[in-house]
Amino acid sequence: MTGLRYVYAVCRPYGTPLQAQLTGVGGDPPRLLPHHGLVAVVSHVPEADFSEEPLRAHLEDLDWLTTVARAHQGVIDALTTVTTPLPLRLGTVFRDDSGVRTMMEEREESFLRTLDRLEGRVEWGVKVYVESERTPETSAAPAPKPASGRDYLRQRRMQTKSQDDLWQRAETFATRLHETLSGVAEDSRLHAPQNPTLSGASGRNVLNAAYLVPRVKSEEFVEKVDRTKDDVPGIRVELTGPWAAYSFAGEAATGKEGP
Amino acid sequence: MTTPSRLPEPYGQGGGANLADILERVLDKGVVIAGDIRINLLDIELLTIKLRLVVASVDKAKEMGIDWWESDPALSSRARRDELARENAELRERLARLEELGLESRHAQEEGP
Repeated sequence: MTGLRYVYAVCRPYGTPLQAQLTGVGGDPPRLLPHHGLVAVVSHVPEADFSEEPLRAHLEDLDWLTTVARAHQGVIDALTTVTTPLPLRLGTVFRDDSGVRTMMEEREESFLRTLDRLEGRVEWGVKVYVESERTPETSAAPAPKPASGRDYLRQRRMQTKSQDDLWQRAETFATRLHETLSGVAEDSRLHAPQNPTLSGASGRNVLNAAYLVPRVKSEEFVEKVDRTKDDVPGIRVELTGPWAAYSFAGEAATGKEGP
Repeated sequence: MTTPSRLPEPYGQGGGANLADILERVLDKGVVIAGDIRINLLDIELLTIKLRLVVASVDKAKEMGIDWWESDPALSSRARRDELARENAELRERLARLEELGLESRHAQEEGP
């Protein structure tokens, strides 16, 4: 067989087939590569795109990266509806099937351990935004044109102060929300706030958290998030998911609090 | 499509999840395995410059030790506030100088020859 092997995920064998029309990275349908009690989900990808040099070059191209990232996530997403996949990082590529099998053999024990830990769980993403770039017109009476340098400085100070107040409220809100949601979730991760030019979201992202939630408790979790929405003016809550447990798949699982 | 899961409808996932949501997961999370093709994502300029930029700073994130953007005004509100304070001080100083100059010249005119 020619081509390289792009690995999306490792999971336990599962019964329900993936959607027939599902295509993965490079347009190749995801295939199952079983080894012992595990299955790797792989696509055959061309060396021209995925060997070291071309891959490195492609990764500098946001359009290419976007396409591959969406294809990768599409396969993981499809797997999540039928099983609990262990998602691998984008760009995990082997020369051939036997390379993939060797890798599964070497890491079998840790894969099984992590799969047990994540079985029946999904990840929900919760982000809190502050609508920070409010113009004075929307937050208060229109500011009069500063009559002097002193006036101007006073106005600047007042704007900064109201912005600080909003940040203070946002932080209190985010802290409380995180506590509430952690009560329903088994585990959580706080991620760095997102870059708005990339997310296209308005406002400033102040909380970007991921929660590991059993499927059976997902409805309760979602309701809890829904109930907080529109609680505080100037603050917005966004929920995404259910995702595969990306944020909890790492071996070095730290930050596990409570029992 | 009917799925065996009893999950609520996905929220903004699939087509709806923003690009940052997807990239953050597929590039930054998930299991790291060294394949036969060795790529260090940290060497990728696009990823370090464009994708890893975080813009807001909040004490929560700092608690986790994520604070490297703190001193960069392009990335940090705190740094921006510091800069604002510096700018304010500078403006005040300039204003005071100007007012002094204005007074001096007015005095000069009034007390002129």
